[in-house]
Amino acid sequence: MALQSLDIVRRSATTTRSPDIRQPPAGGGVAKLIDTTKCIGCKACQVACMEWNDLRDEIGTNIGQYQNPHDLSASSWTLMRFAEVENPKGDLEWLIRKDGCMHCSDPGCLKACPSPGAIVQYANGIVDFHEENCIGCGYCVTGCPFDIPRISKKDHKAYKCTLCSDRVAVGLEPACIKSCPTGALVFGTKEDMQQHAAERVEDLKSRGFEHAGLYDPAGVQGTHVMYVLHHADQPQLYSGLARDPKISPTVRLWKGVAKPLGVALMALTALAGFFHYIRVGPDETDAADEAAAQAARRNPEKAT
Amino acid sequence: MSATPQSADAGGPHPPATHSQDLIVRYNASERTNHWLGAICFVLAALSGLALFHPSLFFLSNLIGGGPWTRILHPYLGLAMCLSFVFLASRVARDNRMQPKDWQWLRQYRDVIENREERLPEVGRYNAGQKLVFYAVVGCLTLLLLTGIIIWRVYTTGYFPVGVVRLGSVLHAIAALILICTIIVHVYAAIWVKGSVDAMTLGTVTPGWAWKHHRAWFREIMGHATNPRSRAD
Repeated sequence: MALQSLDIVRRSATTTRSPDIRQPPAGGGVAKLIDTTKCIGCKACQVACMEWNDLRDEIGTNIGQYQNPHDLSASSWTLMRFAEVENPKGDLEWLIRKDGCMHCSDPGCLKACPSPGAIVQYANGIVDFHEENCIGCGYCVTGCPFDIPRISKKDHKAYKCTLCSDRVAVGLEPACIKSCPTGALVFGTKEDMQQHAAERVEDLKSRGFEHAGLYDPAGVQGTHVMYVLHHADQPQLYSGLARDPKISPTVRLWKGVAKPLGVALMALTALAGFFHYIRVGPDETDAADEAAAQAARRNPEKAT
Repeated sequence: MSATPQSADAGGPHPPATHSQDLIVRYNASERTNHWLGAICFVLAALSGLALFHPSLFFLSNLIGGGPWTRILHPYLGLAMCLSFVFLASRVARDNRMQPKDWQWLRQYRDVIENREERLPEVGRYNAGQKLVFYAVVGCLTLLLLTGIIIWRVYTTGYFPVGVVRLGSVLHAIAALILICTIIVHVYAAIWVKGSVDAMTLGTVTPGWAWKHHRAWFREIMGHATNPRSRAD
């Protein structure tokens, strides 16, 4: 879901430049900062996301934990993941992470998408799906280093968090930010968010979280959704947050060098045939061959 | 052997001879139908697959009804192609076994491409190039089928971890590339060696064609397969 825009920096399956005549926004684009150390797991953000985007997931089942629904889906674009972790001191830590699209600066979904314009990246950093161009192949799921996009069982289109691109385009903050009661969710320019995170990290360190830090992974050239983590040295504690996310080398091969090389190989094979015909010519059966065949038929002993 | 060709005058209806000589049946109606069903599936599967392979070829998706229809139909076209080839392969596999003289034929590839067939070892029903095409198609279709199941998002992708799906995606593309190049060679060879297209459209070849390009096969169908002199070469 997205608005028409002149601020597109990247467009899926497109080999020419996208409309990007406008100046890139100051401050490194927009960013959402999720401070896991302030999150109380109230799920107001999940509700706000459902409300703004008119999404109603199916009612699931209770499996004895707070995480609900159990996973992201085509109708649940954000999800509080609850991890119960026992720390080395033997204390229980309840690590709650709001999961959803990270809006990578180097988006694996966009790289993998074969349909022109089904995925775009705006100059402000938002990676957005245009479902009317989506063909439902699921390559975005294959390309994503964070396992975020989901293909709807209903319409076979891919869905994920839009970072409320429709709200942001008219100067509003995303719906989830609006709903957060503790200030764990903050929205602004990426530079401002990095600065705010640095203050938070300093505060956490002063209170004994020596490994506190900002999660803005360089492997995908940074993200426009960032986390403040108490244990930035062990992101996997937070329900398997990727330690060093990057577009898989397999996907890079498939969607990188293989494409032009493959097309060139096919074209060269066809051209080789064409020019063989032009230079060497056809291999024809002439009257002499027919005569030899007839002779062989009549007198096989001589036909060697 | 079911695919043993017969002289056209050995029975059964056959196209009217355009020349005075009797034509030789190389493929019967079932084999031709089988071949062309597979060929149609291949062309549609290849074009729809190429649409998803490179942005410059995405326009090909319009041939079968647009992007979503391409995504929906491509796997079924691929399955139909594989099924069709199973039947075709079961008929031609025996004649495609590599023999020592095939390696000699391949070593003389320069004589092959320069149309100097008289210098080459005698060829049976299929030459070594055709046999390589056969094995390339068997290998590529097997790989395409297995990886295709892995990346068939609607039904089966969910059963595989994402690493396997990524590997499956790239292997599917590579196998398809090899197959498409192989089929380009296959089609060109039929255009290059005059008289070959008739074998798969009308079903027949002229005795001169068989004599020139597949002499050992020619001798075999002329009833001299047991002749020790024919066997010796």
